[in-house]
Amino acid sequence: MTAIKLYFRYIAISVRSQMEYRASFLMNSLGQFLMTGIEFLGLWALFDRFGSVHGWRLPEVALLYGMVNVAFSITDAAARGFDTFGNMIKSGDFDRLLLRPRSTALQLAGQELTLRRIGRFIQGLIILIWAAAEAGINWSPAKIFLALAAIFGGSCLFFGLIVLQATLSFWTTESLEIMNTVTYGGLETAQYPLAIYRPWFRTIFIFVIPLACVNYFPALAILERADPLGMPVFWQWLSPAIGILFLMIALQIWQLGVRHYRSTGS
Amino acid sequence: MVLPFYKDALSPMTAYWAILSARFRMLLQYRAAAFAGFVTQLFWGVIRVMIFSAFYRSSNAPQPMTYEEVQTYIWLGQAMLVMLPWNVDPEIRQMVRTGGVAYELLRPLDLYLLWFSRALAWRTAPTLLRAIPLFTVAWLFFGLQFPATWIAAAAWMFATLLAILLSSAISTLLSISLLWTISGEGIANLIFASVVVFSGMVIPLPLFPDWLQPAIKLLPFRGLCDVPFRIYAGHIPPSEYLHELLLQSAWTVGLIILGRWVLSRGMRRLVVQGG
Repeated sequence: MTAIKLYFRYIAISVRSQMEYRASFLMNSLGQFLMTGIEFLGLWALFDRFGSVHGWRLPEVALLYGMVNVAFSITDAAARGFDTFGNMIKSGDFDRLLLRPRSTALQLAGQELTLRRIGRFIQGLIILIWAAAEAGINWSPAKIFLALAAIFGGSCLFFGLIVLQATLSFWTTESLEIMNTVTYGGLETAQYPLAIYRPWFRTIFIFVIPLACVNYFPALAILERADPLGMPVFWQWLSPAIGILFLMIALQIWQLGVRHYRSTGS
Repeated sequence: MVLPFYKDALSPMTAYWAILSARFRMLLQYRAAAFAGFVTQLFWGVIRVMIFSAFYRSSNAPQPMTYEEVQTYIWLGQAMLVMLPWNVDPEIRQMVRTGGVAYELLRPLDLYLLWFSRALAWRTAPTLLRAIPLFTVAWLFFGLQFPATWIAAAAWMFATLLAILLSSAISTLLSISLLWTISGEGIANLIFASVVVFSGMVIPLPLFPDWLQPAIKLLPFRGLCDVPFRIYAGHIPPSEYLHELLLQSAWTVGLIILGRWVLSRGMRRLVVQGG
């Protein structure tokens, strides 16, 4: 319990320090809002030309887009400490964290809540709400819960990816850009129905980086679409839990990394 | 600005050339970053090609570009991505923040040309490092085609050179904007957003709705990717080469003139913080 309290203390401090630069915060948020909005413009233009992709119309794809972007923006704001962890290893600052009587994961998570990510969050949310209204969904309480669970599972999964990326820097000392490829590539991939991709590529996003479990499968249940890949309906409802599992495994691997850690001594 | 003493020691052109080549050689050292970039772009290219292939399979209506042309367009985009004016030179940002920009003013050189040379090196070296392996791999395995004709290949090279100059002019303008915004992130984000979309990096420009085409043609950004890529793919006929290349050049010259003017305005109001 004290851990949660401490976390919120950290976050309050971080928020206050960012609010000192209010103009910069607004500019950055607006910038991000427009940038992600423009990405969506590309999506919209494609549907304007082609009408549909694999039988999915724009509002349906927008549901995928909205869910994954909202999930990612939450993680992107919350996981800043892990995101910049490579620098911490390089400078030796990580030693200080080890001296404190709290878990390293908690301290890193509490390092910063990056407020300007609200740009992507709001943009994703607008698309999500539009999709929820336009995609012809029979909304029920269970479906709303499933959508929220998918977003939560998605945040956990992205968080797990960023933790894994940080863990790698225990061994490499550099933060590896290649992991960004997986994160952002996954984000892009998840914006379209999984069935459009080649089988080997689908396998990656079901079994290795299970993004389909926190986005595509729950979306199928929400839209009541038949799954061309033949996964059963109960799986569509349970799949968001995979995201939480992914984060738990990532944190275990993180612990391994911490045990392996040797300071650079700088 | 040019002091007589230095004028004899070093002709200005040699100085800019020295800066350009020194920066260029320094940037070529970042091979690990280039490798990471190469893998990233390859991965993105594969994703994007799959997405476009799905769209083309979903519709029988005639499209303004064939699937093969789009495929080539996408791979060229992945290869040339870092050539886009997509961020602010971090060293110039540092200089403006710390006041180090005062030292730049002390140099017996034209500040615009100095920054333009930096930008030119900054846009070419990383692009070369990534583009060559990416071209090779995309040709061998991922359906990037050769230029449509020999004339198209020549025109494409010329258009790419112009695109690099255009990109450097926009980059320099971004650097200059730092004199007002200091942090520059906000403005850079906005410019980057327009560059990415209206250069053709998000989707090939001919695929945008027809009613949007006149607006797209009015912007300078299509000279960065769309024009060279479509020349390469044979989507722009040779009869239009001259017109397109002239337009690209005109924008480059126009943006250089604008940059110079904005810089002189910025210098008039520049206050260097002491300390």
